[in-house]
Amino acid sequence: MDALLTVRGVVKEFPGVRALDGVDLEVAPGEVHCLLGQNGAGKSTLIKVLSGAHRADEGEIHWQGAPVSFGTPVAALRAGLATIYQELDLVAGLSVAENVFLGHEPATLGFSRRGAMNEAATALLARLGHPDIRATREVGSLSAAGQQVVSMARALSHHARLIVMDEPSAVLDSGEVANLFRVIRQLTADGVAVVYISHRLDEIREIGDRVTVLKDGRTVAVGLPARTTPTAEVVRLMTGRTVEYAFPRAAAAPAGGAEILRVEGLTRPGEFADVSFTVHSGEIVGLAGLVGSGRSEIVETVYGARKAAAGEVVVDGKRLRPGSVPAAIRAGLGLAPEERKSQGLLLHEPVYRNVSVSSLGRFSRGGFVLSGPELAAAAAVAEQLDVRPADPRRLVRALSGGNQQKVVLARWLLRGCRLLILDEPTRGVDVGARTEIYRLVRSLADSGVGVLMVSSEIPEVLGLSDRVLVIREGRVVHTGPAGEIDESGVLDLVMEGAVA
Amino acid sequence: MTDRTEAPAVPADVVVPPVDEQGRVERAATATARPRLGGRLSEVRNLGLVGVLVILAVVGIATTDGQFLTRSNILNILVSASIIGVVTVGMTFVIIGGGIDLSVGALVALASVWATTLATQDYGPVVMVICALLVGMGAGLVNGVLIAYGRLVPFIVTLAMLVSARGLAQSLSDRRTQLVTADSINQIATTDVLGIPLLVYLFAAVIAVGWVVLNRTTFGRRTFAVGGNPEAARLAGIDVRRHSALLYVISGLCCGIAAIMIMARTTTGSSTHGDLYELDAIAAVIIGGTLLTGGRGTLIGSILGVVVFTTITNLFVLNNLPTEVQNIAKGLIIVAAVLLQRRGRAAAP
Repeated sequence: MDALLTVRGVVKEFPGVRALDGVDLEVAPGEVHCLLGQNGAGKSTLIKVLSGAHRADEGEIHWQGAPVSFGTPVAALRAGLATIYQELDLVAGLSVAENVFLGHEPATLGFSRRGAMNEAATALLARLGHPDIRATREVGSLSAAGQQVVSMARALSHHARLIVMDEPSAVLDSGEVANLFRVIRQLTADGVAVVYISHRLDEIREIGDRVTVLKDGRTVAVGLPARTTPTAEVVRLMTGRTVEYAFPRAAAAPAGGAEILRVEGLTRPGEFADVSFTVHSGEIVGLAGLVGSGRSEIVETVYGARKAAAGEVVVDGKRLRPGSVPAAIRAGLGLAPEERKSQGLLLHEPVYRNVSVSSLGRFSRGGFVLSGPELAAAAAVAEQLDVRPADPRRLVRALSGGNQQKVVLARWLLRGCRLLILDEPTRGVDVGARTEIYRLVRSLADSGVGVLMVSSEIPEVLGLSDRVLVIREGRVVHTGPAGEIDESGVLDLVMEGAVA
Repeated sequence: MTDRTEAPAVPADVVVPPVDEQGRVERAATATARPRLGGRLSEVRNLGLVGVLVILAVVGIATTDGQFLTRSNILNILVSASIIGVVTVGMTFVIIGGGIDLSVGALVALASVWATTLATQDYGPVVMVICALLVGMGAGLVNGVLIAYGRLVPFIVTLAMLVSARGLAQSLSDRRTQLVTADSINQIATTDVLGIPLLVYLFAAVIAVGWVVLNRTTFGRRTFAVGGNPEAARLAGIDVRRHSALLYVISGLCCGIAAIMIMARTTTGSSTHGDLYELDAIAAVIIGGTLLTGGRGTLIGSILGVVVFTTITNLFVLNNLPTEVQNIAKGLIIVAAVLLQRRGRAAAP
């Protein structure tokens, strides 16, 4: 079969960084080609070169057999190469159809033909297997999954032959991912090729045909069979290591420390009801559940970021004032929130200030910041967690996802908290850094900290936690040791009664 | 305070993950990339404004026949800059903290009128000063509470305050200019210490206090955090609402100080004082390199912005040019400064 897209020896340099240093890629029509690599391996740059947002410094790109150089994203789109970025580029206030045809609305003499547009959009959505999304609905009211479908319909409206998807599953729960895969199969059956980027190896096994692996801006493997290449081999290619990625075990003595957190009958109408559980010193408790099941709302309420309508949160035997984050922090709680960038980090500021922000009181006298001790202490914790690059004065936004997460953890390590709440601790974190974060969380627990964790990834919850709570529709439906339930057991509990 | 409690020390036995080969490569690659560009960017921007000032000075020397670079003219510029400059200090706090205060000009007017009513003047100059400060802070508190606790948009709340504070000033004064009878108030504008007017010392003192609070205290640190990412600041344990409210009180306090200065300088309290100060102050903050969305900025930049504007006015006056042209020039400078900043930001990661 003739290749749809061939990339050879592409090099892209930014001042001081060689982001791409000889990348090869070959995509056949109708295949799902997976692009793997750690954060910083050059995936995003490669996508931007393909989509015309960046121009390659060296190397060649052949599109349908002819050499091309897309100067702008519009040129690439016209040629049939569409890109769906992580942050969807939809206009929330416009309708589905208006978004699909944004920039190329069907029109006569400048007057838009609304009816024709809605019909065409409906047809495209049906082709993607989603006749349930009305063309006239406002895009802002759709879920993340629905918005993704709209983005794909937009790509199809440009007669795309190749759609690049940058971590489409990052914002989806498992049911929605299954749906995404159905849509992708629909596309490939029509002969559209998909370049699929994900950190999740199991997804790549399920949906991918071939895999290309990037490391440090270079291609280290081209066109491996997605289903049969052993995981160990893929991880080795990505990381240059042969270690199988594993969850650290608890220290020899099983968790049996003093009770740190007791939650009783916690309720917020419409979000969750009558939630009760405990966390002990040295214990990791995992909350499993779908997006929207209320798990993030529960931990945010424990933390005081939301105010409970009923029930109480008790830390070390003392009842917490509801709806007060400062009170929770004083009692020894810390939160690494779900949306790291919008909820966790001060992106304009350097690493050390992000670390010290919750401990400023300790580094001040009479309201004046003692910047020397502050910097030294923050830098020491950052170094302990191996935040890279090691310069604590560097702007936090220049760090990779994994290192940003370490900065948030360093904040609570510096403060010295009794109970650490982790909401999606490894979202957007590459495989190598994940293992480090797992180890870090476990060693924190071993030092006596209680950990309450929320994750969409069931293997992560099961692998890291000592005890698992399964949440469905705002209620705790199962509590038990992590060893006594497996992935399919949790999935059953989580999905039971949910519309597939 | 929220974080005065003694926190337990960092757990000593946290495992330090080993540095693998991959990590070293990554570190080497990124460390050389752009060392501390973010830290220097604001200084570079301020340097740009200093450059503008130098150009203006050169133009001044070349066109004014020796009038520009005289001691009296320089002091003249500083005195003219002092009142709007004090207002700009407060504005800088509000904008870095993620807000905007459109009511500053009206608050200067209201404070000047309230402090110069016959009833207030009866109590003497000390009470007049306290009255001006309290009126400014009180109005600022109303702004702050409505914005922070009433969850209203700063633009709308302070716009409403602009209209109603000026209206209140008009009704209190019956639209008449009120003469300041206390000599000690008027002397603030006429006294020189070591050959420099007291107004300039006041201006310098407000800048100094503002700089220290913004750059050396936990309050200043939190101002940047609250402006840069209010949600992250809240989840990190900062009382974002109280902090935002306080920023408007600071702005109101600065308006009260400016009101005293304008009363001294004009020997009057009037509902027309401080007209369009909000625009001059916001413009100065913006050309000073502070992000209008909050979280980043410098006080020195704002002050340089004020001095640039005042110097332009001075040059036009010295050259007998009409004020219309002067306003056009100011507008162009605002646009040029923002364009320059965008280039600076494009260079940042």
